[in-house]
Amino acid sequence: MNSFTYSRATAVEDAVREKSTHPDSAYIGGGTNLLDLMKENVERPVHLVGLNKLPLTTIEPTPDGGLRLGALATNADTAWNEEVKSRYPLLSQAILAGASPQLRNMATDGGNLMQRTRCYYFYDTATPCNKREPGSGCSAIGGYNRIHAILGASEQCIATHPSDMCIALAALEATVRVSGPNGDRTIAFEDFHRLPGNTPERDNNLEPGELITGLDLPAKGFEKNFTYLKLRDRTSYAFAVISVAAALELEGDTITDARLALGGVAHKPWRDKEAENLLKGQPATADTFRRAAAKVVEGAHGYEHNTFKIELAKRAIVRALKQAAEGTQQASDVFLNSNP
Amino acid sequence: MSNTTYIGKPTSRVDGPAKVTGAAKYSAEFNVPNMAYGWVVSSPIAKGTITKIYADEVLALPGVVQVFSHENVPSLAWFDRNYKDDVAPGGSPFRPLHDNKVKFSQQPVALVIAETLELARYASSVLRIEYEEEKHETSIEDKRDDGFEPGRGKTGWMPPPPPRGNPDKAWENATHRVEAEYVHGAQHHNPMEMFGTTVEWRGEGKITAYDKTQGVVNVQQYLTKIFGLSKDDARVVNLFMGGGFGSGLRPQYQVFLATLAALELKRSVRVTLTRQQMFSFGHRPHTLQYLKLGTNPDGTLAALQHHALHETSQFEDYTENVVNWSGMLYQCENVKLGYQLAKLDVFTPLDMRAPGAATGSFALEVAMDEMAYAAGLDPLDFRIRNYAEKDQNMDKPFSSKKLRDCYHQGAAKFGWDQRNHEPRSMQDENGMLVGWGMAGGVWDASMQKAAAKATLTADGKLLVTSAAGENGTGTYTIMTQIAAQTLGLPIEAVTFKLGDTDFPEAPVQGGSWTAASVGTAVKNVCEAVGEKLLKFAKKMDGSPLDGASMDDVEFVNGQIRLRKDPNQAVVIRDVLQASGESKIETDSSAMPNYLKQMPYSMHSHNAVFAEVKVDPDLGTVHVTRVVNAVAAGRILNTKTARSQVLGSVVWGISMAMMEETVMDHKFGRYMNHNYAEYHVPVNADIHDIDVIFVEEEDDIVNPLGVKGIGEVGLLGVAAAITNAVYHATGKRVRELPLYLDKLL
Amino acid sequence: MLHQSTKAPGEAVAAPPPTGTVRLTINGQQRELQIAPWTTLLDALREYLDLTGTKKGCDHGQCGACTVLVNGKRINSCLTLAVMQEDAEITTIEGLGTQENLHPLQQAFIDHDAFQCGYCTPGQICSAQGLINEGKAHTEAEIRELMSGNICRCGAYTNILAAVKEVVDAKTA
Repeated sequence: MNSFTYSRATAVEDAVREKSTHPDSAYIGGGTNLLDLMKENVERPVHLVGLNKLPLTTIEPTPDGGLRLGALATNADTAWNEEVKSRYPLLSQAILAGASPQLRNMATDGGNLMQRTRCYYFYDTATPCNKREPGSGCSAIGGYNRIHAILGASEQCIATHPSDMCIALAALEATVRVSGPNGDRTIAFEDFHRLPGNTPERDNNLEPGELITGLDLPAKGFEKNFTYLKLRDRTSYAFAVISVAAALELEGDTITDARLALGGVAHKPWRDKEAENLLKGQPATADTFRRAAAKVVEGAHGYEHNTFKIELAKRAIVRALKQAAEGTQQASDVFLNSNP
Repeated sequence: MSNTTYIGKPTSRVDGPAKVTGAAKYSAEFNVPNMAYGWVVSSPIAKGTITKIYADEVLALPGVVQVFSHENVPSLAWFDRNYKDDVAPGGSPFRPLHDNKVKFSQQPVALVIAETLELARYASSVLRIEYEEEKHETSIEDKRDDGFEPGRGKTGWMPPPPPRGNPDKAWENATHRVEAEYVHGAQHHNPMEMFGTTVEWRGEGKITAYDKTQGVVNVQQYLTKIFGLSKDDARVVNLFMGGGFGSGLRPQYQVFLATLAALELKRSVRVTLTRQQMFSFGHRPHTLQYLKLGTNPDGTLAALQHHALHETSQFEDYTENVVNWSGMLYQCENVKLGYQLAKLDVFTPLDMRAPGAATGSFALEVAMDEMAYAAGLDPLDFRIRNYAEKDQNMDKPFSSKKLRDCYHQGAAKFGWDQRNHEPRSMQDENGMLVGWGMAGGVWDASMQKAAAKATLTADGKLLVTSAAGENGTGTYTIMTQIAAQTLGLPIEAVTFKLGDTDFPEAPVQGGSWTAASVGTAVKNVCEAVGEKLLKFAKKMDGSPLDGASMDDVEFVNGQIRLRKDPNQAVVIRDVLQASGESKIETDSSAMPNYLKQMPYSMHSHNAVFAEVKVDPDLGTVHVTRVVNAVAAGRILNTKTARSQVLGSVVWGISMAMMEETVMDHKFGRYMNHNYAEYHVPVNADIHDIDVIFVEEEDDIVNPLGVKGIGEVGLLGVAAAITNAVYHATGKRVRELPLYLDKLL
Repeated sequence: MLHQSTKAPGEAVAAPPPTGTVRLTINGQQRELQIAPWTTLLDALREYLDLTGTKKGCDHGQCGACTVLVNGKRINSCLTLAVMQEDAEITTIEGLGTQENLHPLQQAFIDHDAFQCGYCTPGQICSAQGLINEGKAHTEAEIRELMSGNICRCGAYTNILAAVKEVVDAKTA
């Protein structure tokens, strides 16, 4: 861990100002990923702007009937929030599928978007990594890449985005609210994270100094027909090998609206609108689901150790859509019918 | 039966209150005054030469005390033998900071000492070290044809017995045959507590090393030989160990580094490794095994061939018994066993819970399942048909063997008779494929020399000490039980202390031999106290024990009384007071009775039954039920012993389902070197586990009749799960772990 | 030639950060520390306050051994800076009970033999207290899932489940 100073901001403007006046500084919310990476010498900010006194912890309705999550609301408070549970259970499920109770108590909703990849090579400063050190090379290509991307990767980087929450946010079409040196703006969720291309060092489209202040969920929550299916190497407290957020709106057996996003397959939450279009207006049958699944992996590319993900993604999509359509839940989830 | 009968009871851990309140002190928790912190700098390359260390740049930082490297390490012991610890394999032990050569990735190359932990960590991150890389070899796959048979292995290793019968011809002529390769990668012990040592500087060249180790005596010998210290100069202490599983059998490099720094700086020093550095030393070796089995028309084994090849380092020949078990678990006249090593640019492998047997039994027991299916036999029935009534490797009878009872009791508890033999024939109500598999294993019942000291004071309190270890096995508790029962004292009156080189010598905590070895020493020393007590008791005025011998009396309920007339008794506390002595103090040791044991093969056994549920589309596997029936002689404490077996089952689930250290051969480096990507089970992975202790009496192994329980429970678990997955899916996986992609 | 240092050749080594006063409320007691921002809550407890009951098992939020309660919520103390926890009520294992006066969870862990080496135990117990405070886990499956942020390498999970379940049930009875 490098040498750094710390200051605590009490208002958003102060935080933004503090960040811009300190070169090589970083915001720290929950700290669960930043401190982890600082101990690995991967992140080396010389100043930390502490956010935990900012008044951004509330979860409240928006005028258009949606819900606003304060950027500093914890993942736990969000997942267990009554409004989130009843209106956006997909989001609640996705959050509870990630990390551990302790981490969810610390991690913030804004910080969740800022999580960096779990790529082994990114984490190990003894190996080259274009994301960590642009131009040094991608060790994962030709290396041990079982946990790596099959969609949207580049020759510079095949890392995946590690979040569960973000997969649900992508499916729900959330909006990211940010404040920066040049004022406030909103970013559509699908435009927030980036594909690696030739600049894998950039995970997202935030401008320098910008701070996430909140997330807006639109009114539509797909609370009846949804599934967050997470496949991983152990039952809990593990990152996804593949995850699928599926949300459907049904009239009888006909799908009237559909959302489909995948985790563990790309550098960003992978939403496929073309696949969604293949679902809309169709009967909720296995055939329909298979067509959508095939569409998602159409351009997929496997590497030495992760080609299995192409087939697995297809099967996971079909399963998730089936569960969503039936209104049943992810089988492994223990919380759905246990609201005391 | 009496109030002071403790052996065999489910006594709660006597060290429980200390552990649950955080009062138990582990090695890196002795906060001694004026302590400096050391941080280890690890090599980024697997092989090469250190060409330059820019120590001056970090020494300029205020608060950085020293940078130790091969450039400034003082001259230490020269010969390999000084660096050889009790359990070192053949070869030249690794010497930290010895020269500029890098022999494995993450080799410690420097130690930064600073006034605070954070500063030492920071300084290590900015320390520039330049290397010249050389080509490394880290893949066992590339060494398939370069295996060699080790000459001299470590203590306890036996070369495979010579072939018996005509294994090649018998296999050729067998009615049914199977042959296959079985593979598992490297695994790291990863105990919860990271290795750490606090060396307290006691002045004038004397130190106390609070060290994470499974053997304080082993570490003391290591330090004294290398640094030229006397035993008085180097006291080594380990009161609690946050898990070992074999990782602490050999002195780890942080104890060397902390001691070096303390002696050079003449002040107290603590060195703790990081979780990443927990992947920088010994591990279960990546192993390739090949088995050929054949049966006769009646379903008996016609031939058995088992060959194993595993990695070792360039500098030591690590050995473990992988294949020998295959020559003794089943009756077979035609057997060929082979065992080879291959040298790689990695650190020397190290015993990890049931070393050799955990992996050998995996391959053998999966092959046995394949053989059963090839011969059209129920896997349990097939094993019972081939039950070994004697140890054919040694041509000796077993001192005791209740494996058949393990099979029967385990199968009954599990409901094996409800099993449909056909693969992919069973489903649950959710459409999950259900599979039932079984396997078993055999492990050594060992005993080592050990000593103990006992002090009975006039207040009726007994203190027993031995330099043994407690790494979660229950040593504190079972020794207290043995001592209390032997002298008939209430357990509250007995204190057992361990983990200190000031105490009588005990062997390293491994091989499942602590209960047998230290337990016998404790029994002996308490009996010696008892003899003295009896002597005093007989001298008491009007003693009812006058003329009685040790055989005539028993020590129960705080009394010495005549066996034939329990009303004739004296109170132990009164005896000591009447004697005028303030205490009775005595030493004793225990050795195996080699003469008595010579004609026998001494082993523990188990049988494991596992249920898995597999998602037919997604390949996800849940191990929903395990029954583990163990025959390990006398069980000293049914509560702690059960926990040992429960833990073994969790280890087996881990080995089967998720555990693997992944090497990137381009860098010769383990890449998933953390607890997030090196998976071990969490609570949600573990479902129903039943432990059965099969009654087994054995007065050959040791006077207590115990065989040890720390390792045998792991045997066969991974195989039973793998076999259950085959039964569920019809898919035979021969390479661990059973990740979902192998079942798609 | 290869090196892993974060410092480039010719680059100056940045000075260590200055220390300042950090006030923490731990187990009801005010404690004052002179530390730099880079001291985590975990290291503050273990290395500066001699509260070694809180364990370091990975230092990266991947094992749960360092679990403490902050304002009644369980967190990984390795992934927060001490300076970030001023004004918070911190409870460590030492604050739950003593050997003479055990907390019900501590007693249940002993009764059910819910540990072996004991190193993950303080974190398991603090985590279980956090779980009880949350009030979300009632069934065995829920407790298993919500105790999954604490690794036990000895594999005492079935006994941990039994111990936690007993106390959870007693609370709701």
